[in-house]
Amino acid sequence: MFENLDLTKLIFGRLSWEAIPFHEPILLVTFAAVLLGGAVLVGALTYFKVWGYLWREWFTSIDHKKIGMMYMVLGIVMLLRGFADALMMRAQQAVAFGDQAGFLPPHHFDQVFTAHGVIMIFFVAMPFITGLMNFVVPLQIGARDVAFPFLNNFSFWMTVSGAVLVMASLFVGEFARTGWLAYPPLSGIAYSPDVGVDYYIWALQLAGVGTLLSGVNLLVTIVKMRAPGMTLMKMPIFTWTSVCTNVLIVFAFPVLTAVLALLSLDRYVGTNFFSNDLGGNAMMYVNLIWIWGHPEVYILVLPVFGVFSEVVSTFSGKRLFGYASMVYATVVITILSYLVWLHHFFTMGSGASVNSFFGITTMIISIPTGAKIFNWLFTMYRGRIKFEVPMLWTVGFMVTFVIGGMTGVLLAVPPADFVLHNSLFLIAHFHNVIIGGVVFGVFAGMNYWFPKATGVKLDPFWGKVSFWLWLVGFYFAFMPLYVLGLMGVTRRMSHFDDPSLQIWFVLAAVGAVMIAGGIAAMLMQFFVTWKNREALRDHTGDPWGGRTLEWSTSSPPPAYNFAFTPRVHDNDAWWDMKNRGYKRPEQGFLAVHMPKNTWAGIVLAGLATTFGFAAIWHMWLLAVVAFFALIVTTIVHTFNYKRDYYIPADEVVRTEAERTRLLAAHV
Amino acid sequence: MSNTATANLGATGAPATPPSFYVTDEHHVENGTLLGFWLYLMSDCLIFACLFAVYGVLGRSYAAGPSGMELFELPLVALNTAMLLLSSITYGFAVLEMQKKRVKPTLVWLGITGLFGLAFLGIEMYEFAHLIHEGAGPQRSAFLSAFFALVGTHGLHVTFGIIWLVVLMFQVGKMGLTVENRRRLMCLSMFWHFLDVVWIGVFTFVYLMGTLP
Repeated sequence: MFENLDLTKLIFGRLSWEAIPFHEPILLVTFAAVLLGGAVLVGALTYFKVWGYLWREWFTSIDHKKIGMMYMVLGIVMLLRGFADALMMRAQQAVAFGDQAGFLPPHHFDQVFTAHGVIMIFFVAMPFITGLMNFVVPLQIGARDVAFPFLNNFSFWMTVSGAVLVMASLFVGEFARTGWLAYPPLSGIAYSPDVGVDYYIWALQLAGVGTLLSGVNLLVTIVKMRAPGMTLMKMPIFTWTSVCTNVLIVFAFPVLTAVLALLSLDRYVGTNFFSNDLGGNAMMYVNLIWIWGHPEVYILVLPVFGVFSEVVSTFSGKRLFGYASMVYATVVITILSYLVWLHHFFTMGSGASVNSFFGITTMIISIPTGAKIFNWLFTMYRGRIKFEVPMLWTVGFMVTFVIGGMTGVLLAVPPADFVLHNSLFLIAHFHNVIIGGVVFGVFAGMNYWFPKATGVKLDPFWGKVSFWLWLVGFYFAFMPLYVLGLMGVTRRMSHFDDPSLQIWFVLAAVGAVMIAGGIAAMLMQFFVTWKNREALRDHTGDPWGGRTLEWSTSSPPPAYNFAFTPRVHDNDAWWDMKNRGYKRPEQGFLAVHMPKNTWAGIVLAGLATTFGFAAIWHMWLLAVVAFFALIVTTIVHTFNYKRDYYIPADEVVRTEAERTRLLAAHV
Repeated sequence: MSNTATANLGATGAPATPPSFYVTDEHHVENGTLLGFWLYLMSDCLIFACLFAVYGVLGRSYAAGPSGMELFELPLVALNTAMLLLSSITYGFAVLEMQKKRVKPTLVWLGITGLFGLAFLGIEMYEFAHLIHEGAGPQRSAFLSAFFALVGTHGLHVTFGIIWLVVLMFQVGKMGLTVENRRRLMCLSMFWHFLDVVWIGVFTFVYLMGTLP
């Protein structure tokens, strides 16, 4: 009998039927819907026999373009989840006044806002950013793939691992109730004894491995694999911002790894890093996590600055104004982003001089950022501006982001921050810069590069509908929060007593519904594009009159990207080629050396997910098995020395001849 | 060659001869593995930097428990340090042999390196077991938490280094000193010396300074 009990514990750990939320109708319905939807999806995939295709052409692919697209799909899927959380919060806060308790009990509401933050940053914004960089950077620098194609695939699947764990927490157990950065002592074992924080830790650790490796990968790619002639100051600006972002990733994410490891030691082993007794220091956690966290916001925003730069110069038909100052501004922001972390907790009480230092460095960041805004404006000045969808997002960004930047400078003043700290003013501020900056930028980039990735332009009508709903919805959703914040309303409340506040929350909820419409319009845009794909097809490979190398190849590009490696003479390399009588080569093709697909990435990530799940639930037997399987699989993978192959010359000839035919037919 | 020619011919109408816009032969990209591995090491270095910083903050938070001065046995740590430093030297010898393309001596020196590494780990484990036995485990105080985290993370790195070393020895034995294997040996070499440098920090910052009053 006793032995049996121990065995159950060894195998199942803390997991029991109680972990399934039978008593939560909202979760149960969602769970049922997800199960049903999943079953339909799996059934459809099986029925149409696409599993083999998916496995061979996508899951095991080391093609940077396909991996980039998979990142974007992950981002979109997780956006739906993260936004569902946002809608629930807006709805709850719009109704929960006085006697009305709303529909979300506090312990559920707390999970919702934590999950919303974690998902939006780690599993929406990060995959979008990494996806764009993955797809665009090798094409922009004239390379055939990234430096470490297998690692690229592995990184993607590790990000998926993290997402899978976060999604699992919805139905098995619960998610953290601590806010998206899980400050101790609340996130310590004493106040969060359940699995929520463990889900948080392991999801972030697994995804963090992926992010770090993809940072190393892209950095080496850019340093080592640029086309001949592309000196650093001839790199396209998006590639420059990617360099800076990946430097930030490589030098910020290890801090997150370390601090989460220490938090797990506190929770699993009973150490005293952040505990209240035996010498622990909770503020050290807050310091460390923001040393990662502040660079993280620049990791997100720098690449979209690059996107806007590309879009502005393409759709103004002009060379980007102030290229060099743009590069220096980006580098300065990169460096300064490490010197501002303490502005997230001026109220810690570090003293006037420390707070002044961090207040001033924070304000200084607005100078290079402002320089960028002026560069974009001057690029547009006297340009022939075409208001295509990417350009709309860019203009929307410029207006919105400036407002968000200014409220950021307000918050950077320590005495003002003492009043506004932890209030809805802060929430409004960071949504203003993250939605107005990162999200708008990602959508601009998605509309801009979609024809390159798929060979089909996105439907402009639904793109415009989506843009206007997002833009107007954003102002409705977040301007009221500025007002409420100035009135002193704090964040993360599931219920309010003062009925005079309600109208502002209702307004915000209306805004959220409009944004929901914007997302629906985006999905509609994909659907309509798919339906009208023949009419929207791009045969030239250069639908917008682009300026950089990615537009010199076909849409979608062949597996090898460029039949001949380009030679670069100008920082708008493709523009230069078009202006100086470049003729596309039509013969003399050689076999192309390419990396081979591999199963290792998805299998390793699957084992890592299993290990993470086992560690969350204290299923030690499974954890040990998964861990050893992970090591053994890694070793087995290192015995694979044949990782490349040649695309034969006649296949290249055939592909290029097909392109020649298409170009001739559609000129 | 012929392609450069056609590209130039096609643009004879342009005022100046346009430059060539592409490379006609196979473009060889420099291998980036060593740079990539070096970047990874720097990110790893940041993990250690965090752990050092944590130790810097908590290193004197004894919580009425034992202090470094009471716990650390410097002769033992000196012996341990010697093991790790020697292992770095022997790894250097292995690399010298590798450059002479001599498989067997390379393997012998790698083996000796591994043995020194194991000795280091053995002594460290003895030290940890001793501390825990004396009631000075990682749960006792924030100082001990920080100590075990920092020294333990280093030890964990050495453990993985040894696993990697064994796998590589096997691969070198089987496949010889191919380009890939030599590159891998260089990566492990960087890793191993990196751990050595980190240990010098640990030895100074934790043990030597920890035994000061």
